Amino acid sequence: MENKNPLSPHLQIYKWQISSLLSITHRIIGVINFFAIILICSWVTLIIFGQNNYQVIFNIFNSTFGKFLIISLCWTFSFHILNELRHLIWDAGYGFDLKVAKITGVVALIGSFVLTILIYLLGRNFF
Amino acid sequence: MVQFNLPQNSKIEVGKYFKDNTNSKNLKKVNIYRWDPSTGKNPRIDTFEVDMDNCGPKVLDILFKIKNEIDPSLTFRRSCAHGVCGSCAMNIDGVNGLACIKSHTDIKGNLNIYPLPHLKVVKDLIGDLTNLYKQYESIQPWLKVDQTGQEKIELKQSQKDREKLDGYYECILCACCSTSCPSYWWNGEKYLGPAVLLQAYRWINDSRDGDKKERLKKVADELKLYRCHTIMNCTNSCPKGLNPAKAIGSIKKMLATS
Repeated sequence: MENKNPLSPHLQIYKWQISSLLSITHRIIGVINFFAIILICSWVTLIIFGQNNYQVIFNIFNSTFGKFLIISLCWTFSFHILNELRHLIWDAGYGFDLKVAKITGVVALIGSFVLTILIYLLGRNFF
Repeated sequence: MVQFNLPQNSKIEVGKYFKDNTNSKNLKKVNIYRWDPSTGKNPRIDTFEVDMDNCGPKVLDILFKIKNEIDPSLTFRRSCAHGVCGSCAMNIDGVNGLACIKSHTDIKGNLNIYPLPHLKVVKDLIGDLTNLYKQYESIQPWLKVDQTGQEKIELKQSQKDREKLDGYYECILCACCSTSCPSYWWNGEKYLGPAVLLQAYRWINDSRDGDKKERLKKVADELKLYRCHTIMNCTNSCPKGLNPAKAIGSIKKMLATS
């Protein structure tokens, strides 16, 4: 017989932890990056077909929205790389301690912004 | 497909309001999830005003005070009241824990108490843990040895091997970790969950056990084990300070290296 009792609330009431927040962010960003890579690949493919295409893409990326997109993608890739490093360390059997996991999480998050700024400055020939 | 929303019969309604009648100045509002199987109505949140000047320090003390003085129909599980039996596991202020060892002084503002998340509610704060116990049985949580039982030879364990069980044997199976895990919410039927996997690791890691390979083989499953994505809600909620995430990580590592 199927249990018709109500289901106790879950997502609605559970308090977010740093670890769970970063975990779901990692997952969402993974999906975004998947599409971003397709975008970049098609961009590169289009360039093969001529200068006109290049101009169109150049215009898109030079717009405010385009710039926002690029900087956002720099961040998503930075975050995914750094958080994936955490996963690698976990897979090697280290860093499961609650305190350590929290610290590495915060480091990955802050690091992703730092990396984004570095990539931005690198792109602007700042160094 | 994962259902993020609560089903229609589980939507929470506003319940009764129990006003304080002791004229106390030190009041705390306590919101408690209620569901009575005999009414056929949806679950509701009852609010109690509790006089904190005459109340013990733990969340369980509040529950007892309400049950004794305000509403005797309030239903919850409890037994030892010292954090050893694991009966009073519930969701307190958004995080799972044991009501008997959680201080309400740590919680500012109103106190919200729900049953353990994503379980079929039996009544009020009692969730149905049948599935978890079935899964616990499936990992065969007992010592398996080649002895027939006739030999009556003592199974010796060195101090060093015994220490390998530290941090795992202390688990009281309160289900705080498993019911805090989003993966377990979405795949609870198939994914074993942190509590059961921690137990699995405890038996895999026992030097006296003769069935290590079989145990590992049994648990090595896309759904049973690898639904763990190191979200770490389990470790965050464990009232005994254990680390199920590490236990699961250790099983994964064992499988990868063996």
